[in-house]
Amino acid sequence: MKRVYLDHAAAAPVRREVLEAMLPYFRERFGNPSAVYDLGSEIKDTLEEQREKVARLINARRDEVVFTSSGAEANNLAVKGAALANLKKGNHVIVSAIEHHSVLNAARYLEKFHDFEVTFLPVDKFGLVDPERLRQSLSPATLLVSVQHGSNEIGTIQNIRELAALCRAQGVLFHTDAVATAGQVPVDVQELQVDLLTLNGPALGAPKGTGALYFRQKLRLVPQIHGGIQENGRRGGTENVPAIVGLGKAADLAREELPTRAKYLSRLRDLLAAGVQKRVPGVVYTGHPAQRLPGLASFCVEGIEGEALLFMLSAQGIYANTGSACASKALKTSPVLGALGIPAELAQGSVVFTFDADNSDEDVNYVLYHFPLAVGRLRSFSPVWRKRTAKAVGE
Amino acid sequence: MYSEIVMDHFAHPRNAGVIEDADGIGEVGNPMCGDMMTFYIKVKDDHLEDVKFQTFGCVAAIAVSSMVSEMAKGKSLEEAQQVITNKSVAETLGGLPKNKMHCSNLGAEALTLAIKNYQEKQNKNAA
Repeated sequence: MKRVYLDHAAAAPVRREVLEAMLPYFRERFGNPSAVYDLGSEIKDTLEEQREKVARLINARRDEVVFTSSGAEANNLAVKGAALANLKKGNHVIVSAIEHHSVLNAARYLEKFHDFEVTFLPVDKFGLVDPERLRQSLSPATLLVSVQHGSNEIGTIQNIRELAALCRAQGVLFHTDAVATAGQVPVDVQELQVDLLTLNGPALGAPKGTGALYFRQKLRLVPQIHGGIQENGRRGGTENVPAIVGLGKAADLAREELPTRAKYLSRLRDLLAAGVQKRVPGVVYTGHPAQRLPGLASFCVEGIEGEALLFMLSAQGIYANTGSACASKALKTSPVLGALGIPAELAQGSVVFTFDADNSDEDVNYVLYHFPLAVGRLRSFSPVWRKRTAKAVGE
Repeated sequence: MYSEIVMDHFAHPRNAGVIEDADGIGEVGNPMCGDMMTFYIKVKDDHLEDVKFQTFGCVAAIAVSSMVSEMAKGKSLEEAQQVITNKSVAETLGGLPKNKMHCSNLGAEALTLAIKNYQEKQNKNAA
């Protein structure tokens, strides 16, 4: 059966060039970068080269990058690490309501265990944080603001520069989670004026278990993994050298390919979004209509539930994602959809497609054929859709 | 995550639909939480002559509804209420994931409500 994989935000294959770059570091170049002899110092040099590559992707300096095990860890290090290292600046943290759980729960941890006050900043119906609202939420005790660059659930890209600049003017640290945007849109820490920025590897074609945090030079961070002086004391534990080599290679490729990739992905996204809206009634295209990730199309489908839709699609070889309650282990609807003001019932019908360069027009056409059929089938026995259509006829 | 029986009932739901002149209707759940089921029954000589359902919900909810309709068809009202329980439905489906046991396993309740709805109508007619 044909397989159309459109869940790249959840997991993506490691790129061949990345895997090849990594291979020597498992058996031949296995040394510990902290070791003083040549087998170690060579690896240390390799590690620093990778740091340079990651720094170049985001226009940072090499000594402003710390490697982590994931985007989630980088978010933890940014939020908890920066907050706890800068207590004298205050005890108030602001995060947007649509952050990744690793930001939301890191902020809740500060609230619960460290006497912090946390403001969860609402967003508008497109998922945008309003700068004026942020300005009003700032207080003399505010030390850190975290707003994601792009959303992996609704695709919306925030006006980070505007938000970060207003924080900088008041001496407040600004963190952005750029996991979704890196490799898809330009991510430049000077341009964005951020103090902290999260990256992860899988989004760039590096293996799972890779990530990095950018921190503005000399910014203090409390390590979240205490140990030796690896990563200049910002993260203990021997560096995962093969994975970091993979991340470095992926960062290089991402930088070279960005313009073509962004263009290619946007076209697929627009093809799918237009086709779905044309062929399926009762569908909402979630997130910002224009200011959005090139590789993400997200919808809420009336009258059906997302998990059931995913299984219907996967039976045809199509793989996607959902924010519905039934598909989450906690049985809770995605807070992101709620924050946009999407009614809980409609949010159950959430479906998210994330593309990569290995997807094609043919893939989109395949989805456009099967998606309306799957929706139609589920609606054919949905009491919610029956009531909705009966009402529409009555009106 | 789901058993083969669950996947089969999800892919090929038995008795999905509406009975326009149903003798009893039972509705449970709430689409805001993710699952909602409506059961329609036709009763003849105290037996479930026909059972149909409509379900909004996940794979488990759809499979549960389908299984309940299949188990119920042809049974007497009393037997259906005795034999068809959330537990027996889950068992007949080859088990359900733990987190689906409560919110998705509503089929037995919906059927019971449909039977009660029928009985109430009967009592009203008799009075």
